[in-house]
Amino acid sequence: MNPSPGQPWSRRSFLKAAATASGLTLVGQEICRAEALGPLIDVNVGLSRWPLRHLPCDEPGRLVAKLRSHGVTQAWAGTFDGLLHKDLAAANARLAEDCRRFGRGILLPFGSINPTRPDWIEELRRCAQVHHMRGIRLHPNYHGYTLDDPRFKQLLQRAAELNLIVQVTLVMEDERMMHPRLRVDPVDTEPLAATVKQIPGLHLVLLNALRTLRGPRLSSLLDAGDVCVELAMLEGVGGLDNLLAQTPTDRVLFGSHAPLFYFEAAELKLKESLLTTHQARAIRFENATRLFDAASPHRWAR
Amino acid sequence: MEIWDLHCHLSGVPGTTPEVRLENLLRYADRMGIARLCLSMGMEWSYDPSPEKMRQENDEVLRALRAHGDRAFGFVYLNPRHTQASLDELNRCVRDGPMVGVKLWVAMHCNEPELDPIIARATELSALVFQHTWIKITGNLPGESTPQDLAELAMRHPQATLVCGHTGGDWETGLQAIRPHRNVYADLAGGDPAAGFTEAAVRELGSERVLFGSDAGGRSFASQLAKVHGAELPNRARRLILAGNLQRLLRPILATKGIRR
Repeated sequence: MNPSPGQPWSRRSFLKAAATASGLTLVGQEICRAEALGPLIDVNVGLSRWPLRHLPCDEPGRLVAKLRSHGVTQAWAGTFDGLLHKDLAAANARLAEDCRRFGRGILLPFGSINPTRPDWIEELRRCAQVHHMRGIRLHPNYHGYTLDDPRFKQLLQRAAELNLIVQVTLVMEDERMMHPRLRVDPVDTEPLAATVKQIPGLHLVLLNALRTLRGPRLSSLLDAGDVCVELAMLEGVGGLDNLLAQTPTDRVLFGSHAPLFYFEAAELKLKESLLTTHQARAIRFENATRLFDAASPHRWAR
Repeated sequence: MEIWDLHCHLSGVPGTTPEVRLENLLRYADRMGIARLCLSMGMEWSYDPSPEKMRQENDEVLRALRAHGDRAFGFVYLNPRHTQASLDELNRCVRDGPMVGVKLWVAMHCNEPELDPIIARATELSALVFQHTWIKITGNLPGESTPQDLAELAMRHPQATLVCGHTGGDWETGLQAIRPHRNVYADLAGGDPAAGFTEAAVRELGSERVLFGSDAGGRSFASQLAKVHGAELPNRARRLILAGNLQRLLRPILATKGIRR
């Protein structure tokens, strides 16, 4: 069913492939509905190699083909190298290059910054000025700092001045099954709300947050500023129904955590819950587009 | 493609009665195209249930089955610490009732000899035995079994049909542990939708030994179905995992109950 490399997808072949892959019934009604819902922006994908196993889509070309076949129009990509590599300048340059070479307009690089490293400000500058990134991705637990660390606050302030979106990844995988020599705790978000309130202009996205962040702590964090979550680690039957009962729709983004997770997990969550068209469009692309536009490089250029 | 879900619960689902909870579960199952659910354990769980608590939880599942027996099967929840009470409950719910399998959770490691009479009786009744397993780097519960424990049990009971719940969570290790034992099947349910799990299970065990389960309501049907829909598999394998294998395994006990499908 997949077209050969270089062969463009027709709208119909894409829809047929997406419907088949995700188990949707291929009837006229489904096709009309999918088209009506518009683009799909995935704010949580990763490039390069997961350190602990080979993944079916860890070649960037295959990942892009997978995303395209499911109707993804834009994907915000970090790099798995950002977890453990010390030379983040090189990791970010590779990420930017892979997004250019394989992304074909879909992949947007989000570089990794570690504020405990010497001269991290230069890595931040390169992300913004050299690679023209629209955001950065942070891994506080892998980089060994907590969210009350003054260096973290300084990084958020500089990112806000540069008008970059900041993604903070709370976990990468279930802490119960980590490699015994690569164990990290989930990021503790307790100090974050207070920090966010002190940084006007900060656009913050919490990745893989809904495994550990729920209830009043989630609400207070979302209330603190322009803070969004995505649904890659949202669980429970009817998970989106439950989340939207306690969370404003405009704070929820579509994120898959592919290729570490099967992309279809996030996609099928949109089907499992009974979303209104307004909710579906907001989660699929409108909220991410708003965030993306708010972090416009024009403001940075000034 | 027909879908039967091996692994569902009444917990984590809204509703104050078993009937309403199953109704709510089915509402989401319908949206995901899931035809049948296997239910075990009651509305509130106990790690080490007394005989009375076991009976209460099984009664709740029986109530749900009475309301929606055309869509759900039951697995009787047993505690091997109470061997005779477990055998009595097995007879009540499976031999004399509508249930088709056994659910063993975390009361006792499954390689202990107390399980032997339960497994033997379940095998006489053609009931599937579903054993929860996990390998947690953070530490298992005191009685929580691993796939290695289940492999020991499988060696003692080569005629039993055993399901390795969650494939140990750490599925790379779990698959290796159960691989030599042809009577042990891998349950895909309950862990994160880590890409490559299902492909590895099919590669190591063969598609005939892999079963779709969700662990709903604690997990979403969506994230767990993605392990099959998102895996790079031939359609024949997908069909077997989603329903064919479970249908084949349940056929003998369903036949004894006069249920054809």
